[in-house]
Amino acid sequence: MKGFAFGQYYPANSVLHRMDPRAKVICAVAYIVASFLCKNTFSFVLLFVSAFALILISRIPLKVVLRSVRALIFIMAFTAVLNIFWIVDTAEGAVPLVEFWIIKIYTKGLYHAAFILVRILAMVIGTGLFLTYTTTPIALTDALESLLRPLAKIKVPVHAFAMMMTIALRFIPTIMEETEKIMSAQKARGADFTTGSLAKRAKALIPIIIPLFASAFRRADELATAMECRCYHGGEGRTKLRILRYHARDFLGMLWIILFIAAIVTLNILGARFGWLYTM
Amino acid sequence: MENKPFIHVQNLSYAYVGEDDRPIPVLKDLSLDIREGEYVVILGHNGSGKSTFAKLLNLVIDDYTYAEGTILVDGVDVMSPDLTDEEVLDLRKNVGMVFQNPDNQLVATVVEEDVAFGPENLGIPQPELRQRVDQALATVGMSAYAHHEPHRLSGGQKQRVAIAGIIAMKPRCMIFDESTAMLDPVGRREVLETIEKLNREEGITVISITHYMDEAARADRVIVLSDGKLLLDGTPGEVFTHSDTLRKAGLDLPQCTAVAQYLITKDLPVHGEINTPEQCAEAILNAWKKM
Ligand SMILES: Nc1ncnc2c1ncn2[C@@H]1O[C@H](COP(=O)(O)OP(=O)(O)OP(=O)(O)O)[C@@H](O)[C@H]1O
Ligand SMILES: [Mg+2]
Repeated sequence: MKGFAFGQYYPANSVLHRMDPRAKVICAVAYIVASFLCKNTFSFVLLFVSAFALILISRIPLKVVLRSVRALIFIMAFTAVLNIFWIVDTAEGAVPLVEFWIIKIYTKGLYHAAFILVRILAMVIGTGLFLTYTTTPIALTDALESLLRPLAKIKVPVHAFAMMMTIALRFIPTIMEETEKIMSAQKARGADFTTGSLAKRAKALIPIIIPLFASAFRRADELATAMECRCYHGGEGRTKLRILRYHARDFLGMLWIILFIAAIVTLNILGARFGWLYTM
Repeated sequence: MENKPFIHVQNLSYAYVGEDDRPIPVLKDLSLDIREGEYVVILGHNGSGKSTFAKLLNLVIDDYTYAEGTILVDGVDVMSPDLTDEEVLDLRKNVGMVFQNPDNQLVATVVEEDVAFGPENLGIPQPELRQRVDQALATVGMSAYAHHEPHRLSGGQKQRVAIAGIIAMKPRCMIFDESTAMLDPVGRREVLETIEKLNREEGITVISITHYMDEAARADRVIVLSDGKLLLDGTPGEVFTHSDTLRKAGLDLPQCTAVAQYLITKDLPVHGEINTPEQCAEAILNAWKKM
């Protein structure tokens, strides 16, 4: 498992990569909010353009980004089709585009479907580019711990969750490696994981899962002892080697998002006032 | 530092709590002192109580139902029931421990952050935190790997990172519980050299538990446990003269010491303390020249 990389982090040299992870979490949330604020053709076009602008800024190949979109293609197709058939234009003088049996398709439905598609696309690309592609999982953990710290006041175990995440990230590769070792060991004893019925194959996995669990528990026990020896006593009074600091680029990034939301709201209002094209 | 020993153990007996609350006796009437700056190796067969002893020293074990006697670390009674949290942390900080499996002691996903884990827990502020981490990594010769992921390192490298993680807490004593047992010869040598350097250059008291007799030969002092009792205690040279006692306790002599003792029984005049291959070769060469 040497080349194994966790998550979708795609190393590149871009502003998005260099941004503070907390700023990126904030931007991602704001971007999702923006995508929900969109109301008419113009704001959706702006949203669509912004998603591709983000890809350009992140310097991540389009191919890579579209891979995560591909995973959602079924859901996207389903929502689109549902919208096309479901939306009924109740406006006066609205004539269905196509009509047979009980099915009526209006132009409004087509617009709606397109809107929804753009919205999903923008959300997937936006969160991907702000979070998973440009931020390592560990930086993301740090950011969430830092942003959620106020919740610790109402007894939410924020530090404990962050610690759990860190340990999980640390041990996933180790346990993957171990799984491979156990599988080879069982194969050498004649185990067969690739042929036979599903039930038979599932049964063949038992001799892998049991030693894996046994070893994971032993690891957890030893790790707990080692952490205790290293004076771990929860998050209280702990300092941090890596201190997150906001830079000018982070404020600039957040400013851009605010301007973006302002632009979308403006387009919505103008659209409503002048009756531009279709409105959701 | 002068007369008062850093670790003072007096008539220590310890038993784990077994099924039905029955005691499982492990340590029996153990008394010994370890002075600051010493390099002590503890030998003993499997189950002789070495790890139990080590764990008592830095409070990893805290069930004292069947504990008798006293353990003083730097004058503080470790088994006292009214230790404050600060005192416990202070004891753990002063007596660091490195375990056998290097994988199961590393917490963070980046080497330098793992090294920082201990001092972070102690609340060491910046910029001292940064200095400690860099210094600790330099001491174990792992500065070049500061930004690597632990799971991509070799066993010996991981173990050195684990050692750095302890050094960064600035302990006065370090316990190594079979820390070289899972390593290949190269990894073992790296770790041993690091341990010796810590002892010589930083003056850290070292207690090293091992099954390798050649590691024992390099220490200042060797303590042999057998069934939880103190069997032998002295310099490697003194301890290795008791070859029969050692054999009965399930231990072997270092190979070179065994070779020398065999040659002596064959009337070859090999003299002096012979615990390392170099000493052995030297002694044989001298004997050969005299013939
Ligand atoms: N948590 C425990 N509960 C009950 N008995 C224990 C526990 N830990 C260890 N023992 C028993 O105590 C005895 C001494 O164990 P210890 O681990 O101290 O030996 P050791 O000298 O370190 O052995 P090894 O060389 O195998 O590491 C063993 O017989 C063991 O079975
Ligand atoms: Mg042991």
